[in-house]
Amino acid sequence: MATLQTPPGASEAGAGAGAAPGGRAPAAAGLPLAGGGSIGGARSLRRMGRAITANRKATVGTALLVLFILVALFPGLIAHDDPQAQIYPRGLTPNAQHWLGTTSFGQDIFAQVIYGTRPVLLIAFGVGLLATIVAMLIGVAAAYLGGAWDGTLSVFTDVLLVIPLFPLLIIIGSYLHGAGTSVMIAVIALTGWSYTARQLRAQALSLRNRDFLNAAKVRGERPLYVICVEIIPTMTSLLVAAFLTNALYAVLFSSSLQFIGLGDPNVTSWGTMLYWAQNNEAFQTGLPLWIIVPGLCIVLLGAGFALLNYAFDEIGNPALRPAKSIRARTTRAGAVAAPTPRRRPRVKRTG
Amino acid sequence: MRYVLRRLGFFALTLWVALTLNFALPRLMPGNPALAILGKFRGGVSPQAVKVLEAQFGVGTHQNLVAQYFSYLGNVARLRFGSSLTTQPGASVGRIVFDAIPWTLGLVGLTTVLAFILGTGIGIVSAWWRGGRMDSLLPPVFVIMTVIPYFWIGLVLILIFGVKLKVLPYFFSYNFSLTPGFNAAFIGNVAEHAILPAFTLLITTIGVWILTMRNTMITTLAEDYVRMARAKGLPSHRIMLDYAARNAILPNLTGFAMSLGFVVGGAILIEEVFNYQGVGYLLLQAVNNEDYPLMQALFLLITVAVLVAILISDLATAILDPRTRAAG
Repeated sequence: MATLQTPPGASEAGAGAGAAPGGRAPAAAGLPLAGGGSIGGARSLRRMGRAITANRKATVGTALLVLFILVALFPGLIAHDDPQAQIYPRGLTPNAQHWLGTTSFGQDIFAQVIYGTRPVLLIAFGVGLLATIVAMLIGVAAAYLGGAWDGTLSVFTDVLLVIPLFPLLIIIGSYLHGAGTSVMIAVIALTGWSYTARQLRAQALSLRNRDFLNAAKVRGERPLYVICVEIIPTMTSLLVAAFLTNALYAVLFSSSLQFIGLGDPNVTSWGTMLYWAQNNEAFQTGLPLWIIVPGLCIVLLGAGFALLNYAFDEIGNPALRPAKSIRARTTRAGAVAAPTPRRRPRVKRTG
Repeated sequence: MRYVLRRLGFFALTLWVALTLNFALPRLMPGNPALAILGKFRGGVSPQAVKVLEAQFGVGTHQNLVAQYFSYLGNVARLRFGSSLTTQPGASVGRIVFDAIPWTLGLVGLTTVLAFILGTGIGIVSAWWRGGRMDSLLPPVFVIMTVIPYFWIGLVLILIFGVKLKVLPYFFSYNFSLTPGFNAAFIGNVAEHAILPAFTLLITTIGVWILTMRNTMITTLAEDYVRMARAKGLPSHRIMLDYAARNAILPNLTGFAMSLGFVVGGAILIEEVFNYQGVGYLLLQAVNNEDYPLMQALFLLITVAVLVAILISDLATAILDPRTRAAG
């Protein structure tokens, strides 16, 4: 850890490097975890558990995520007030009954924060899964089918990658008039898969001439079998990283969209809380917690995803650690994933 | 040459996709949103604006889709974006956008340049004293910075410096009591209003520059010519700047070219939070007012800016790094 301080998302950049023509394959990417997975579920789980407890970042990240998942599952056990009910005195400062005070509509802020966790987590996991699956289908298909298919799918991916995502989401959101949770998941996932697709295509390309794939072809396996059983398991750690990154962006993007009023204003979630708080001048009316607490929750949830991602990078890719590999990663560190502006990974296209 | 041609082709293709998205999105959405607007504004809009609207959204016209598509493309090619419906009713979209651009360029553009210079400098220094205090502090800070929503940082800064300490203004780009003009009072006021949004933008964007520079620089420091320079006994600032930093800066430079494209649309939420009347603020105003012609023009502007910047950075890479040309 001391020798290799790269930001989260660096694994993506590292794997992307494999896309360079004649570039070295990111050989070890994913293999350690994938190996465990194919041997036996229990063993790989135990191995994962050990990895999580051994790495401090992973421990903190996991703890944060577990905490939020528990809150999202059982909000009623923690908060006893109805988050939407406008029944309390307005604009209360924190007190024994209302730990975080009340909004200027007379809602309990603590209850809103607690109940607001579920939609955010649903969007995070929904987008994480959906975007990663779409990216996997398109990326692996492009690499496996090759030729004109690869050309078309790659250009499609690249075009989507350079169109500014957040303005596009704003435009779509404005036509939709109040996107609820499921619409939000669909829109963010269907516009945001391209970066992952590129990484996965690069990884799949790097495998193309490996012996185990040739062996499978010689055995006469069907393409679907080769893709599902031979190719995809080697991408486990890349897929996990992609899931975490996509989930993180989903949290940030959906909260931002809700903040500017493009979400469903009747759903209680952190972003809509910020929207109502800002519209009612929470700072100027002495209710700073109405803005600070939901924002902090977004940061903590985001940190959970980011820390886990960072840790997986270190756990899953020990082979990327030696000095030689540091070079491969650091030279492409410009591809570090930052929320906005989105930077195109500086990876040469194989075309 | 082939590389350049391919990049130009990609540019044209992406531009076409963005135009087509703009054309197709309102038609794909449940309940054509433009139907509602046109009904609402039939009286108040000039006939020419109605024609542009018809081409843009396909309402009230008997043309088929293909004909609509081509008349829309024609309008865009002649930079005819119609009139604003609600934000500044009747005013031409082109003029409204044009008024907003300088504010965004000033605020976001200058801050981007500043972030690049500062970030690159810090990156150089932190790579040079690798493992030092600054170097070990950076990565965790960066992890945290990437997960904070930009607008929330802006809000917290407003709370601290604007509402609590009351030392800095946080609304609009200048004080309404002043008449805009080229004088010291006005310029000073504009600068004062820019401090908080600029600072928000700076701390959210600087991390990428620091890390890119630091990581490339560490690679460069391991090169033989740096060891050679050390062996020759050159002063360390010369090794740091002339030998290592100079060779490590290419990724940051191309990244900088690209980030200039994001200047136009890159600070939407920050402009919104500070009510700073730039392009991003205008976009959200158009969205809130359902001013679709204005919204579409702004989306095109933001996209084109990004595409042009990417094209420039690709060409710059081709010029500065011969390996790219060979690979292309």
